Amino acid sequence: MTTTAERTYGCTDLPGLMGLMTGAEKHGPAATSTLDVLWVLYDRVLRVGPERTDDPERDRFLLSKGHGPMAYYAVLAAKGFLPVGWLPGFGSYDSPLGHHPDRVLVPGAEIGSGSLGHGLPIAVGTALGLRAQGRTDPAVWVLTGDAELDEGSNHEAIAYAGPAGLDRLHTVVIDNSSASHARPGGIAARFEVAGWSAETVDGRDHEALYTAFTTPHPGRPRVVVARVEPKNA
Amino acid sequence: MDTMRDRLAPVVSRLLDEDPRVAVVLAEIGRDCFTEASRRHPDRVLNVGIREQLLIGAGAGLALAGMRPVVHTFASFLVERPFEQVKLDLGHQDVGAVLVSAAASHDWPAGGFTHMAPGDVALLDTLDGWTVHVPGHPDEAETLLRHAVGAGEAKDDKVYVRLSAQSNGRSLPVDGQRFLTVREGRRGVVVAVGPVLDSVLAATEGLDATVLYATTVRPFDSTALRRATGAAGTDVVLVEPYLAGTSTATVNDALADVPHRVLGLGVGRRELRRYGQLEEHVTAHGLDAATLRERITGFLR
Repeated sequence: MTTTAERTYGCTDLPGLMGLMTGAEKHGPAATSTLDVLWVLYDRVLRVGPERTDDPERDRFLLSKGHGPMAYYAVLAAKGFLPVGWLPGFGSYDSPLGHHPDRVLVPGAEIGSGSLGHGLPIAVGTALGLRAQGRTDPAVWVLTGDAELDEGSNHEAIAYAGPAGLDRLHTVVIDNSSASHARPGGIAARFEVAGWSAETVDGRDHEALYTAFTTPHPGRPRVVVARVEPKNA
Repeated sequence: MDTMRDRLAPVVSRLLDEDPRVAVVLAEIGRDCFTEASRRHPDRVLNVGIREQLLIGAGAGLALAGMRPVVHTFASFLVERPFEQVKLDLGHQDVGAVLVSAAASHDWPAGGFTHMAPGDVALLDTLDGWTVHVPGHPDEAETLLRHAVGAGEAKDDKVYVRLSAQSNGRSLPVDGQRFLTVREGRRGVVVAVGPVLDSVLAATEGLDATVLYATTVRPFDSTALRRATGAAGTDVVLVEPYLAGTSTATVNDALADVPHRVLGLGVGRRELRRYGQLEEHVTAHGLDAATLRERITGFLR
């Protein structure tokens, strides 16, 4: 639960907050698929907050899958990063909230995204940069979709991060079976062969997500594959 | 004489020693030159393997974490292959980096077209806010590299440094901003970019033309051009070591309020499909002194 200037928001408020945003129905499934993962991260895992968006010691959350950001905006609003009053303007000319988020416009957004396959490589660089400055505390999290993993740039990042031992790097893959060509051996296996610590959990189960997110993984980057209902089911 | 690229590792290694925010990102190419620096700064000399999308993305992430990344590989793989990363991971994220290329237009003709990128500067011209340095001598490369990484540019500036195997015989005191007036005349202005200066000077020997020397082409020193045209008239010849006409629009903008003519000389668009030597490609593209003289005198009537 979080208190903002007007009131306190919890997980059950998120559908109402999302309902304030209209106009991107085609991204609806993409938005709700991320909702539980985002809530658990922002409510219980990430050491971030509206008062420390420039704190170099904060955790970093990079929304790579910038499609359908309604759940993201709803969570950021619930946590006080942006005013709830911004939500109804979603996608309009005067709104900072686009159908793909822009870090320059959205308080708390670490990257602008929309084009797929950029978040994980940037997260690798962020983890390297923090390490080079002796900041071993902040965790770097990046959220991708299962179809987004088709982008080769992600495979460059996955293949590098494991051997590089980037143990402050974390990826959450929202798996709603939307990739046209399933990955042989499954998603977690792709990461495991590259030296990542990997686990697949029910993406709607908050306790399972929390446990997976907080499981120690010394010396290795960590991926959590969060399975949710198929996009086209 | 050593090449511009020979200066990269010594200069950047010193910058690594001096400034804890500097990091180098490589994709295998050039890694051997940084072996010693890598020993001293293992967390700040990073080789991501043959992964050019990651090269730029990781550079952007380093910048987001507060570092000043210097990203190096051949121009084809630095600007062209990961172009969307250059556009989004740096530009759209509003963070900076220093991209340093080698093997641009036809530095390595025997390598063929796969290793040529004469369109690099034109491609960056589709993006906003890039500073582009095109040194014409290893000493100038050293000055401009230092300027790019921190001495002149702000920490979040997006800078491209184009290192070439071509070089002029001597260096000039470049400052990372302004064009230099190398020769003054009354019948036209010739702008020579980076390593074509010697050829341009030979080509314009005895002509009554002003020669400006440009090693920082973006932002374009419109003030120097306008000043030169004030005395020498508004016939302008651009000689660029990359795609012909890359800066023509920039010259047109600088002279928008006065009648003017512009001739853009540089590397041709057509793929040559030849190997051989650098000089042979310079000649094939009409950038040798004799051909330049012919084309410049034909234009400056």
